[in-house]
Amino acid sequence: MKKHLLSAADLTRDDAELILETAEELRSLADRPIKKLPALRGRTIVNLFFEDSTRTRISFEAAAKRLSADVINFSAKGSSLSKGESLKDTALTLEAMGADAVVVRHWASGAPHNLANAGWSRSSVINAGDGTHEHPTQALLDAFTMTRHLAPEKGQGLDGRRVAIVGDVLHSRVARSNALLLHTLGAEVTLVAPPTLLPYGVDSWNVQTSYDLDAVLPKTDVVMMLRVQRERMNASYFPSVREYSRRYGLDARRMATLQDHAIVMHPGPMIRGMEITADVADSERSVIVEQVTNGVAVRMAVLYLLLGGAEPAITTGDTVPEPVEGSTGPTTGDGENDA
Amino acid sequence: MPPTQPELAEQPDTGSETGPDTGRTVLDARDLSRALTRISHEILERNRGSRDLVLLGIPTRGVHLAHRIAAKISEVEGIDVPVGSLDVTMYRDDLRMRPARALLPTEIPPGGIDDKTVVLVDDVLYSGRTIRAALDAMNDIGRPRAVRLAVLVDRGHRDLPIRADFVGKNLPTSTAESVAVRLEEHDGEDSVTIR
Repeated sequence: MKKHLLSAADLTRDDAELILETAEELRSLADRPIKKLPALRGRTIVNLFFEDSTRTRISFEAAAKRLSADVINFSAKGSSLSKGESLKDTALTLEAMGADAVVVRHWASGAPHNLANAGWSRSSVINAGDGTHEHPTQALLDAFTMTRHLAPEKGQGLDGRRVAIVGDVLHSRVARSNALLLHTLGAEVTLVAPPTLLPYGVDSWNVQTSYDLDAVLPKTDVVMMLRVQRERMNASYFPSVREYSRRYGLDARRMATLQDHAIVMHPGPMIRGMEITADVADSERSVIVEQVTNGVAVRMAVLYLLLGGAEPAITTGDTVPEPVEGSTGPTTGDGENDA
Repeated sequence: MPPTQPELAEQPDTGSETGPDTGRTVLDARDLSRALTRISHEILERNRGSRDLVLLGIPTRGVHLAHRIAAKISEVEGIDVPVGSLDVTMYRDDLRMRPARALLPTEIPPGGIDDKTVVLVDDVLYSGRTIRAALDAMNDIGRPRAVRLAVLVDRGHRDLPIRADFVGKNLPTSTAESVAVRLEEHDGEDSVTIR
């Protein structure tokens, strides 16, 4: 690895922790008068969106701009993509324009993988959500948000923390990426959904599953609600919205059974009244708005670590963290940058 | 007034070769403490007191040094000088020449740095490139009234027109040598060695 970020499974624990620590340093940028760092000056980042998105696209755009990169937005609507241009021709165009990184969202699972590995272009590919497969930066920002609330001290991790992911797991790339990343970080994930909305092969995911939300809530540290993705449903997965909400929706009564420190998350967009009620979404426990703020810092960290240096810092197994000082003991005055 | 830099009493080369990598000790713990005490007094003298002072250390060891200087100023003046840290990683001119590296903390004291006299604190001054990066980084945070530079060791060989205002020890070196600063907070002992 890894010049690409395609799957949360590609991240080792060291990689993930490096991203989270970098994001922590970058988050303070939001409080400064000049929200700009020069790290990616002269780099070009293309946002290639084949599917609608509000949060993710804006978040990546803000992240790239705060790192001084040039951003080109490319969405399926209003471009040649809507005329039937293939992914390959689009990739060749981006290559010809000299894109250093492509942030891609696609309705087809595996499209970013194709873009990264087919040899069409040399840019870094960052998966911003592909079909029902993965959304690794969302998992990273969720882990970052959990760490800030549940493990605020430096060096603390999410080991042993319990996370319940509730709702339409079948169609959720957020659930899959979160399950993979949280397992890497040592947290225990429980997927809660009706049997029809749990994916085939979920027993190989390193997670627990449950059909009973009320039994899971009192034991969990985080409850993450998922939107029911009706646009991806071609069959009837549950009898009625009302029944779904009753059994798997988070309302004030259910929220009251949570532990005092537990937080409520939602990757958005949420449907108030369906998987979550308005009073829960707006409650003190809800960190839904903070997730969006954290998304910018996490995406900045990913872009910086992939593109900021001569080669990506996210590696598998190599010793990269803190190479300047510290890891080798005392400061040595022999480095060219050591002044 | 021009900063005076009295050389510390040169330690006789006691050859403290406790390990194969130790090298020659230039400052021991007591020398280091005395150097910081002198720097603290010089800062106060130059600034005519501790008014509007902010100390910004450059991570990692510069931050520890900044805290020690602040503690010494507090002993003399009875006033706590704001201390922060300034990470310059993203402003380095060699950022693109090496793998992307981890960021270190930037903590600006609550009062900010606008119209303050900022004293940058670092352990070793060598090429001057870190300080150039720090000046750029500060530009994005605010506009200090003045910026001064305090370093524990100035080893020469500047690549840029940068000089220190407060120096713990001027240490003539060859570029083949390396200077190692060890601090109690980070390395378990206070010393400056050269090899």
